Amino acid sequence: MGPGFAFTVALRFLREGRMQTLLIIVGVAVGVAVVSYISALIEGLQANTLRRTLGTQAHLVVQPPEQRAQPSLDAAGGAAVLREVQARAQRPRTIDNWRAVQQALADAPGVVAVTALASGSMLAVRGEASRSVTLAGIDLDGYDRIVSLRGSLTRGVARVAPGEALVGEQLASDLGVGLGDRFVVRSGDEAVETFRIAGLLDLGNREINRRSVFVGRGAAQSLLGIPGGVTQVWAKVSDPFAAEGIAERASRQLELQVESWMATNAQLLSALNAQNVSTSLVRLFTALVVVLGIASVLVVSVVHKRKEIGILRAMGATRAQMTRVFLAQGALVGLSGSILGMLLAVLLLWGFSTFVRGSDGLPLFVVTLGWDLALKVPLVATLAGMIAAVAPARSAARLDPAQAIRL
Amino acid sequence: MHAPARLDAAAASAATPLVELRGVRKTYGLGTAVATEVLHGVDLSVARGEFVALIGPSGSGKSTLLNIIGLLETMSSGEYRLLGQPVGELGDAELTRRRGDTLGFVFQFHHLLPAFSALENVLMPELIRGGRVGDAARARAMALLEKVGLAAAAHKRPAELSGGMQQRVAIARALAHGCPLVLADEPTGNLDTHSADEVFALMRRMNVEARTAFLIVTHDPRLAARCDRVIELVDGLVANRVP
Repeated sequence: MGPGFAFTVALRFLREGRMQTLLIIVGVAVGVAVVSYISALIEGLQANTLRRTLGTQAHLVVQPPEQRAQPSLDAAGGAAVLREVQARAQRPRTIDNWRAVQQALADAPGVVAVTALASGSMLAVRGEASRSVTLAGIDLDGYDRIVSLRGSLTRGVARVAPGEALVGEQLASDLGVGLGDRFVVRSGDEAVETFRIAGLLDLGNREINRRSVFVGRGAAQSLLGIPGGVTQVWAKVSDPFAAEGIAERASRQLELQVESWMATNAQLLSALNAQNVSTSLVRLFTALVVVLGIASVLVVSVVHKRKEIGILRAMGATRAQMTRVFLAQGALVGLSGSILGMLLAVLLLWGFSTFVRGSDGLPLFVVTLGWDLALKVPLVATLAGMIAAVAPARSAARLDPAQAIRL
Repeated sequence: MHAPARLDAAAASAATPLVELRGVRKTYGLGTAVATEVLHGVDLSVARGEFVALIGPSGSGKSTLLNIIGLLETMSSGEYRLLGQPVGELGDAELTRRRGDTLGFVFQFHHLLPAFSALENVLMPELIRGGRVGDAARARAMALLEKVGLAAAAHKRPAELSGGMQQRVAIARALAHGCPLVLADEPTGNLDTHSADEVFALMRRMNVEARTAFLIVTHDPRLAARCDRVIELVDGLVANRVP
């Protein structure tokens, strides 16, 4: 008999209860397994979705202010002004003093990488074939820190030296060009430049692969007719979900339009949120069922153990000690059930990643049981067990020893 | 075996009775229409090292009286001094502490804890008090079990023991923490004559060897006659004292 009165007696009471104890521990285990499995699955799914979404776009995008048509005369002095204001056709706009903007953004808390782009719509032409493309003039190292190009390279080398371009795989096949071939990029203003394909990219999305051309920033600037200018500044932040807040602060500070990926993907985010809410509900109700299960077993146990409780009280066990005996039982059931449940969850997850595979024969996405979850779940289950034990423990403590012994 | 250090100066003086009751009354359902008075003003005392039988017909209030002396029930009125100290006004926590320190119990249905071995049952008061069981306590408990002739059964569960053996474990348990008074409620009531004699003899031996006082509720006049003193309870009153 080592670890204290309450714990020793609790353990014996549970062992004496055999079948009942076993059943409730299995019950807790199933609950814990369901919660852990679903949590890990949803976490994996969301991480996968986020990775795909953020794989091709920046967390923050700074854009120049929109050009607006300014009416020349305002209504004044009660005079009615009849006018029609048409929206301006948007030309490639540049960010004034973009190096200062880039620096300010880089200095903002939470921002880990910044890069400037000169991008716009162009035509890619090769012989008869022509395709509308988005030409992005980038600083390769800077861009790569935000959206991985090197990781998306399927063939060739990642290089945008003058006269070289990286293009999406789909675009290359549309134009009928391959690695090392040349093609022409033409802007609306009839500026023309020829590029040699240095590398092919798979950016994870067919549409994006169909219209992506990456070249050096200088080349893009001259094609766009904005020498020395940039059209966007991109930034990556350490916590993707803090992007919106950082965007708002930066927008106020820079007096420029700063859009976060969260604003651009509002629908995706609300879907993720809905998912989180349903997961929380599943967790909550499973926890409730577990707590009620433990409580009902302990309520019965108190009735069964009246005599023993009476004897222990006669021998000098205090009410507080009896309370602790039953709290310890709840905790033990919660703890052992949750450990068993975690093992069950690991088994389920192993089954999921082994047997559920996509059309390419690879697992759909990576699901792992994180350490934080593996530690948190038993802790929560132990607490839940103790909460479940509160009412039974109180009734055990209140038991009149004289009456309990007489029964 | 004794722990005289636990008893304070007043209690330690041999002249102070262990138990002293004056005009103790007990009413069940007090304040309701069915209020029943079971004890009508009981006076009695038990001295150190005494071996006393408490007899009386069924329903005379013996068990109630024993429960009050055992601090398991509270009296409705009167005065009760345990080791010279009044206990009438004490709260549950203090009563529990004194119960654990001063009193040992042996019940009719040899209430051992079925989930624990004989040895663990004997060690239970120590575990309750200290939260752990040291080697010294373990050795003392083993010696006690040896004294009651059950050293070989130390690791058996109560269900594996006969009624007489269980009762001997209960006696060892009552004596385990060296309390000055053991209260026994019909300790032989559930045993055959042979086992009853054995258990009774054991209590007597412990009384002589360890100077532990015993207050034994019994129906058996044969056993009562072998006690130092007999207190007879009739209809909730002490009837007479047989010297």
